[in-house]
Amino acid sequence: MEKRVVFGHRTLPYLLLAPQLAITVVFFFLPAGQAMWQSTRMEDVFGLSSEFVGWANFADLFRDSVYLQSFRVTLVFSTLVAVIGLAVSLLLAVMAERVVRGAALYKTLLIWPYAVAPAVVGVLWLFLFSPAVGVLATALNRAGLPWNPRLDAGQAMVLVLVAAIWKQISYNFLFFLAGLQAIPRSLIEAAAIDGAGPARRFWTIVFPLLSPTTFFLLVVNIIYAFFDTFAVIDTTTQGGPGTSTAILVYKVYSDGFRGLNLGSSAAQSVVLMTIVVVLTVVQFRYIDRKVQY
Amino acid sequence: MIERRPWLDMLAHAILLLGLAVVAFPLYVTFVASTQTAREVADAPMSLLPGSHFVENYVRALFAGSGGGSSGTPVGRMMWVSLVMALAIALGKIAISLLSAFAVVYFRFPGRMFFFWMIFVTLMLPVEVRIAPTYKVVSDLGLLNSYAGLTLPLIASATATFLFRQFFLTVPDELIEAARIDGAGPMRFFRDVLLPLSRTSIAALFVIQFIYGWNQYLWPLLITTQEDMYPVVIGIKRMISGGDSVTEWNIVMATAMLAMLPPVLVVILMQKQFVKGLVDSEK
Repeated sequence: MEKRVVFGHRTLPYLLLAPQLAITVVFFFLPAGQAMWQSTRMEDVFGLSSEFVGWANFADLFRDSVYLQSFRVTLVFSTLVAVIGLAVSLLLAVMAERVVRGAALYKTLLIWPYAVAPAVVGVLWLFLFSPAVGVLATALNRAGLPWNPRLDAGQAMVLVLVAAIWKQISYNFLFFLAGLQAIPRSLIEAAAIDGAGPARRFWTIVFPLLSPTTFFLLVVNIIYAFFDTFAVIDTTTQGGPGTSTAILVYKVYSDGFRGLNLGSSAAQSVVLMTIVVVLTVVQFRYIDRKVQY
Repeated sequence: MIERRPWLDMLAHAILLLGLAVVAFPLYVTFVASTQTAREVADAPMSLLPGSHFVENYVRALFAGSGGGSSGTPVGRMMWVSLVMALAIALGKIAISLLSAFAVVYFRFPGRMFFFWMIFVTLMLPVEVRIAPTYKVVSDLGLLNSYAGLTLPLIASATATFLFRQFFLTVPDELIEAARIDGAGPMRFFRDVLLPLSRTSIAALFVIQFIYGWNQYLWPLLITTQEDMYPVVIGIKRMISGGDSVTEWNIVMATAMLAMLPPVLVVILMQKQFVKGLVDSEK
């Protein structure tokens, strides 16, 4: 879509674009280029000079069992965040769409976690699950389940999962609710007249019609789990115990800023960029299809 | 309502109430902990009824901070830093995106599509994937521990530019024709016609970007080393870094409540704009 009528001016459009482009070049293209350049170089032990090593950093990366482990952790983590988060939010959205009285109130009370900073979310759940003072941890201990996410890798994963999902439910809920409200009532009424019960109507009509929303949310949630959960992990487990909750973004940070291994950290950045590009392309292809549909 | 199924309605309410309880539980415990003394909170399990130290804890957090970890900065100062950061990011994004969307939609000039794609590509480079090199650029520019360093790298936004481009494309061409007949230049048209028309889009975007700015964590974590430049989400993390024995959980929880308050208020008070912003910016 293009405008038929436009203004004619030689320099003004460039002036208008200048601020955005300046920031984009200085803070996006320069650093991204630098990451790519650095990813092909290796520093000496004193960090005084570096030399060109080609693909060596990447080859090292994919031979490094710690990195591969981090990949696995990220996959498990993001899959669980997306699947559990979507299932819970869909359930709540279907119920909220059903109730007549109090629907607006439920909505208001369910959406506010979106506004809470991931770091604060992390602190809240850390507190609830803290072995020494946490309310939930104490309850679990009393119930005969020794709880200490600082020692047990599985429990640490549960902790970051709960925090990450809790934060994302409101977002998913809003989009599912909007999707449900967009489904034509006539379809559901027709099915009801034909004798289909609520469960049958959901699985044969509502769920398939909702699939564009579900797919969109799936991609958004995976991106969220990959990148936006950094703060949750840094405030709760710091990637530990060991590296059991160190997702890829966390590892870029800890290798680059704590381990000071710039070449490897840059190579990891480049791998992450590739992942974002792929996810974004998938998302846009889907949106193109939705427009035609 | 398709059909009457009272038991199903009951079930729906039950599930929703359960959902609300799960969502609200952490908030409630946080509030309760923020009204007790440090000793009461540490006394596992803590009481789940509000204590009597509400005013005392909040006053202490706001004006003195927690001495427990390494941080002794008053939370009031941190909230100020967060507020400046959130406003600068939100308003900065809106301003530069409005201008560049205006340029891309209402002018024809060499390189138009090239610049458009340049902005588009930034969508694929979230700050998390380019932290180390961006940090280097900012430190070379001498912007560590400054508001400019905190906000500038987060201001460029493909999403906002798209949103405004999308909106400008729906503005009827008759308006620009009328403006030109009346002798208005491009900037006059922008200011007197386009800006007033974009009001709702701007408000919606502001809500989303304010929350985005307020909640930034990784970037401030890297570039702020002075305590008086910590946004509140960083400050709260510093308070707990000393471990369980020295953490004053009551002050930490009061700080958490304070850190949540502005963005949650914005969402609840501007709910309509918030939902519009969320849906629009994902299109």
